[in-house]
Order: sequence, then structure tokens, then C-alpha cells
Amino acid sequence: MNIIVCIKQVPDTAEIRINPETNTLMREGVPSIINPFDLHAIEAGIKIREQLGGKVTVLTMGPPQAETSLREAISMGADEAVLLSDRAFAGSDTWATSYTLAKAIKKLGADIIFCGKQAIDGDTAQVGPETAEFLDVPHISYIRKIAEVKDNYLRVERLMDEGYDIVESSLPVLLTVVRELNQPRLPSLKGKMSAKKAEIRKMGMADIGADENSLGLKGSPTQVKNIFAPEVKAERKMIEGTPEEQVDNLIKELKEIKCV
Amino acid sequence: MPVIVNNEKCTGCETCLSSCPFDAIVLKDGKAYINEYCNACMTCLSVCPEGAITETGARTQGAELKQKLEEYKDVLIFAEQKDGRVVSVSFELLGAGKRLADELGTKLMAVLLGAGEPEARELIKWGADKVIVCSDPELEKFNDDVYSEVLSRIINEQKPTIVLAGATPIGRSFIPRVAAKLRTGLTADCTSLEIDKETKHLLQVRPAFGGNIMATILCPDYRPQMATVRPRVMKRGEYNAGRTGEIVSVNFENIKSRTKVIEFIKEVSEVSVNLHEADIIVAGGRGIGGEKGYKMLSELAEAMGGAVGASRAAVDEGWIPYSHQVGQTGKTVNPKIYVACGISGAVQHLVGMQSSDVIIAINKNTEAPIFNVATYGIVGDLFEIVPLLTRKIREVKNL
Ligand SMILES: Cc1cc2nc3c(=O)[nH]c(=O)nc-3n(C[C@H](O)[C@H](O)[C@H](O)COP(=O)(O)OP(=O)(O)OC[C@H]3O[C@@H](n4cnc5c(N)ncnc54)[C@H](O)[C@@H]3O)c2cc1C
Ligand SMILES: Nc1ncnc2c1ncn2[C@@H]1O[C@H](COP(=O)(O)O)[C@@H](O)[C@H]1O
Repeated sequence: MNIIVCIKQVPDTAEIRINPETNTLMREGVPSIINPFDLHAIEAGIKIREQLGGKVTVLTMGPPQAETSLREAISMGADEAVLLSDRAFAGSDTWATSYTLAKAIKKLGADIIFCGKQAIDGDTAQVGPETAEFLDVPHISYIRKIAEVKDNYLRVERLMDEGYDIVESSLPVLLTVVRELNQPRLPSLKGKMSAKKAEIRKMGMADIGADENSLGLKGSPTQVKNIFAPEVKAERKMIEGTPEEQVDNLIKELKEIKCV
Repeated sequence: MPVIVNNEKCTGCETCLSSCPFDAIVLKDGKAYINEYCNACMTCLSVCPEGAITETGARTQGAELKQKLEEYKDVLIFAEQKDGRVVSVSFELLGAGKRLADELGTKLMAVLLGAGEPEARELIKWGADKVIVCSDPELEKFNDDVYSEVLSRIINEQKPTIVLAGATPIGRSFIPRVAAKLRTGLTADCTSLEIDKETKHLLQVRPAFGGNIMATILCPDYRPQMATVRPRVMKRGEYNAGRTGEIVSVNFENIKSRTKVIEFIKEVSEVSVNLHEADIIVAGGRGIGGEKGYKMLSELAEAMGGAVGASRAAVDEGWIPYSHQVGQTGKTVNPKIYVACGISGAVQHLVGMQSSDVIIAINKNTEAPIFNVATYGIVGDLFEIVPLLTRKIREVKNL
């Protein structure tokens, strides 16, 4: 089984602060991590390989330093790593990112492609399904369980609003995963050793045979027009007193704004 | 990089450094240098006093392109249904779509897959001028392959300038496929939509970076302009029982699906977990202490007529199933009232609930950050407050 896991290096948004004067992000000292959902995708890939054999390739498109995330994935147990890096890729929106990833995946060949449900920086959840479309393969989103995988078939559970769907698909297929799927393993000592030595395959525009006009800023239909700070809630009322009084006053307030 | 600094012109004045929302400009050898965090927002271009920063490979918008864009006129919304009934976000889309269509002086269309004409007529009463309905039983159940193919074909025929869908699990799963097929942009989970007065482009506002910043996104050179819209943010339009419109039934052949839904399993839960649709959510965090605390919350939720939510900590402890989790790695919710009990208010939790209309925080720690986003704060022990509140609300409501 050839498995490709798409991972993204993201700033740990928990640590990101906004400069209150300029309304801009402050990145200094903010650590870069593997997108949390993607850790579950890596774990899922490794589990299938352990069961059926084959190999797990982690793939990322990003700046050269994204290599550290690829090595981390190898230390968890991924077999190979590919870094898609090229100045031509800069400024990609989800359309151009998906196009680029799909071009590389076509070159590499895969039976199952894994993505996280969404990346915690952009929060779009679009790259998985768009990549599947460019690859002309089906996709299933929000996978919470992989029930069965065979040569040309798989059956999974897809998390929906009030329960889950049991879905089957032919291969190749792209799956986007949620946290419920599994518990990502920690890097092993042996894994850390191989990660150090591992050779990271680098690919650029020419290697994947991409059309320049579909890449990066040029290929991106959407543009960020401006950025601003979210509105903060106007005033807050602290309700004091004994528990009894607090509850009574809260209900009074809620009645006033017609919420009870 | 999408933006380039002309080193001859750059004086190293550093004006651009603090203007960059993404912290992507640094000083290198006395000159501004754009690093890989650049998001191509172009803020720095107008800030530089020397005009030393320019866009590389500027996009071209020739006359030919312009003409093509002008072929796209109406506003189209995807009306999601479940078990044959139109879901609530669809009416919100009609409200938003009508407002945009009026502003552009065009028509509002709705696409309804897997439901019948009575539902289509409802859509008209809620503001649609024309409904394209496909009642093929194949479409009753959501399927990415089929839905994306059918919707793409309809869009290619109708050529709307704007396409909106709900940012629901269904919308967020198949709409990206449609955008990829149509070679156009898609903005996820928008919380505000306006028409630019001058250019008539759609201004799409959405939160990013875990809700730390808001971004306005444009799709100027491609059509349609597509967005998924966060449920419960847009106002429904007016309901007019006498309103008439056109209903067009369509059929589609030769669409094969490579995936198949075998079965839907409803998760048994004493209380509703449909957090996306709930008007009231009572959520618990680590402070609820265990499954017993969860029961206590369920009772309050029941008394208030709402659903139960949870922080990740409560989910990780195994007290509440993951389907209840609110936040960055859970659900984004937008109720009228959100009651946070024993939740500290970590950013990852806040991004999932801070746009709720009224937030009530109950926490024993005065310093808990949840109070920063609260409308009403109660410092106290939730084991005292919650049962009291449940009892008094029952009294008020005569339950
Ligand atoms: C990548 C990533 C993604 C994440 N995604 C999410 C997410 O989607 N959703 C989410 O919620 N979190 C998420 N988290 C976790 C988040 O950072 C916090 O750890 C979590 O939200 C804390 O949950 P809590 O507030 O319930 O627990 P705590 O932080 O432990 O807070 C418990 C609170 O309860 C109060 N308390 C205790 N006992 C009582 C009592 N008897 N009466 C009143 N108050 C009491 C305490 O004062 C405290 O404020 C994520 C973290 C990461 C790194
Ligand atoms: N630059 C990238 N390189 C590799 N995978 C990516 C990249 N961007 C997004 N992905 C994948 O797509 C998923 C969804 O990302 P997004 O659509 O940005 O929310 C992520 O969890 C990754 O699996």
C-alpha cells in the first residue's frame, strides 16, 4: 500500500499574540509545530502500513525550514519525506496549494492520501477535498475510524453532526481525519535516529511538471485584501453576591434582554 | 515571494516592518527583507515612503477577462436539506443572498438537491426568485462525488457571480471540490459578506489564525466568487407567504459515485449534540469534575432548552463524547446563549464560541480568561450555582 500523508507546518496558534498597537501578528518566539490534525493522519498511515505493508511518505509544501516537520514525521515512523519548495509556490491560496500537492502526488503515486481535517492557521479545511478533485479521486472527510482496508476497497466512519456515516470507497481515495481517529504515537528513539539520517527529497516546479500560471500568487484566485483585529465584546457585567443573589440577578438580566 | 523590495530604493527606515500583519518583513543588511511568512496581503506596498516595495508578476486583468467576468450575474445559494427538509442555514443564506442580489440588482437563485417542490416553494417564500430542484432519490443522501458534479454543472449553466453555501460538515466537504472543478476561489467559514461599492466585488470576511485575526478576502479575477458561510451569523430574510417565483426541475444522468454511504448511525445521547443548530449551549470544562457534573449540566441544558457543549479537557477526561467539543479542534458554534461552566477560556476554546450573542461564564477563579469574553460573569462554585440556576429557570418557565 502506497500511502501519502500531507502535513503542514504551522505556528502554534496557542502562542500567537497580537500587537495591540499595530493589530499585527507577533511571531517572535512562536514555535512551529506539525498541524495537530496531521499528526493523526500520520498515525493512521503508519497503522495501515503496519497491517498491510507498503510505505508511508509524508509530503509538505512550504519554506525550507518545513524540513524539521518532515523529520519529526519520520521519527514517528514515516518511511520517506518530500519537501515541495520553490519560490514560485509562494503566496498560494487553497486552490494553488491543492493544485501543487496534487501534481506532486501524481508524480509519487498513492493508493491512500491522508490530510488533516483542517490546518490551524488558515482553518479552511479546503485543501483535502480540492486536492482530491485535482487528482480525480474520491474523498471522504472527517474520518473518525478506519474499519477495513483491502487492496481496492476501504470502509470508514465519517463524523457528521448528530452521529456518523459508514462510507465505503474504491482506491485510490483521499481521507481527511479528525482527532477522534487515534492517538498519535510519540517518536521512538530508533525513529529519532533515522530522522537524523533521513534524506529529504526536494521537489520544485519543474520536478512536478506544474503550469507556472497555476502556482503561487499568480495561480491563486483569492487575495487577502486586509487584516484586522476581531471585535472585542463590549462590556462585561460581573454579577456579585451570594450564589442565590447571583442566580437571581442573572435571571433578571436575561429577562431584560429577553433571553429567558 | 509575491512581493519584492527594491534594494536601491529601500532606505532601511523600517516603516514597513510594523505594518506587516504577518510579521513577515525583517531588516537584513540594513534593507527590508520579505520572508516566507508573507501572505501576499500587499499592505506594505502603500506604506513604503520610497515606493520600494512592489508586487512581482502582477496579475493581469485584460479586457478579455473582464468581459468573461461580466457574463456572470446572479447570486446562487446551495440550499442544504436533511431527510428532505431544508436546514436552517439555508434560510440564512437566502437572507444574505437576497441582500447581495438587491445590491447588485440581480436575481437570487437557490439549488435544492434531493428534495421536492414543496420545499422549493418555501425557498421562494424566503426570498429566492428561482429554484433549481433535482428530486432524484439518488440525491437524498449527501454524496461528495454526485453533489459536486451536479452543482458544478448547474453553476456552469447559470453563471452566477456569487455562490454561497453553509459552512456545515456537508458544505465544507463538497464545495471545495466544486471550486476546484470551476477553477475559482473559495473562502471558508465567512462571518460577513459585503459588496465593494466601487468594484462590485464580494468582500468576504473570515477569522484566521485561530480567531486571532480577521481577514477580508477577495476573488477579483475569477467567477463565481464562492464562500461557505458560518451558520447562525447571517440574518434570515423576510418570509412572505404570497411570494412567487420560478421552479425548474432538472435531471442528471451519467453521474457515478466512487463512494457509497452504507448507513447513518445516530449517536445516542441523552441531550442533543447538534451544536450548530442550538440556540442555547451549556458547556462544561475540567471544572465539572466528572460524569456527575455532566449530568448536572444536562439538566440545566434541558431546563433552558439547549444542548450540551464541552471543552477539550472535559472530552479528554472521557466525561463527555468528542461530538460535544467546542473549539479549534472541535465545533465552531454560534448560539444566542453560551453558558461556560468550569472552563478557563483557552484561546483554542474561545475561537469556537466567542461569537455567541450572550456568554455567561461561571468559574471560581476571578482571573480565568473566559471572563474576558463574557457578557455576564459569575465568580463562584459551579456545583452551587448550576443546580440553583436550573431550579430557578424551571420556576420561571413553570416546568
Ligand atoms: C492544538 C490544540 C487544539 C486545541 N483545541 C481545543 C478545542 O477545540 N477546544 C477546547 O476546549 N480546547 C482545545 N485545546 C485545549 C485548550 O488549550 C485548553 O487546554 C482547554 O480548553 C482547557 O479546558 P478547560 O477550560 O475545561 O480546563 P482548565 O483549563 O483546566 O480549566 C478549568 C476551569 O474550571 C474552573 N473550575 C474548577 N472547578 C470549579 C468549580 N467547582 N466551580 C467553578 N469553576 C471551577 C477553574 O478555575 C478553571 O478555570 C486545544 C489545545 C491545542 C494545543
Ligand atoms: N502546504 C501544505 N503542505 C502539505 N499539506 C497541506 C498544506 N496545506 C494544507 N495541507 C493539508 O490539508 C489539510 C487541510 O488544510 P487547510 O485546508 O489549509 O485547512 C491539512 O491538515 C494538511 O493535511
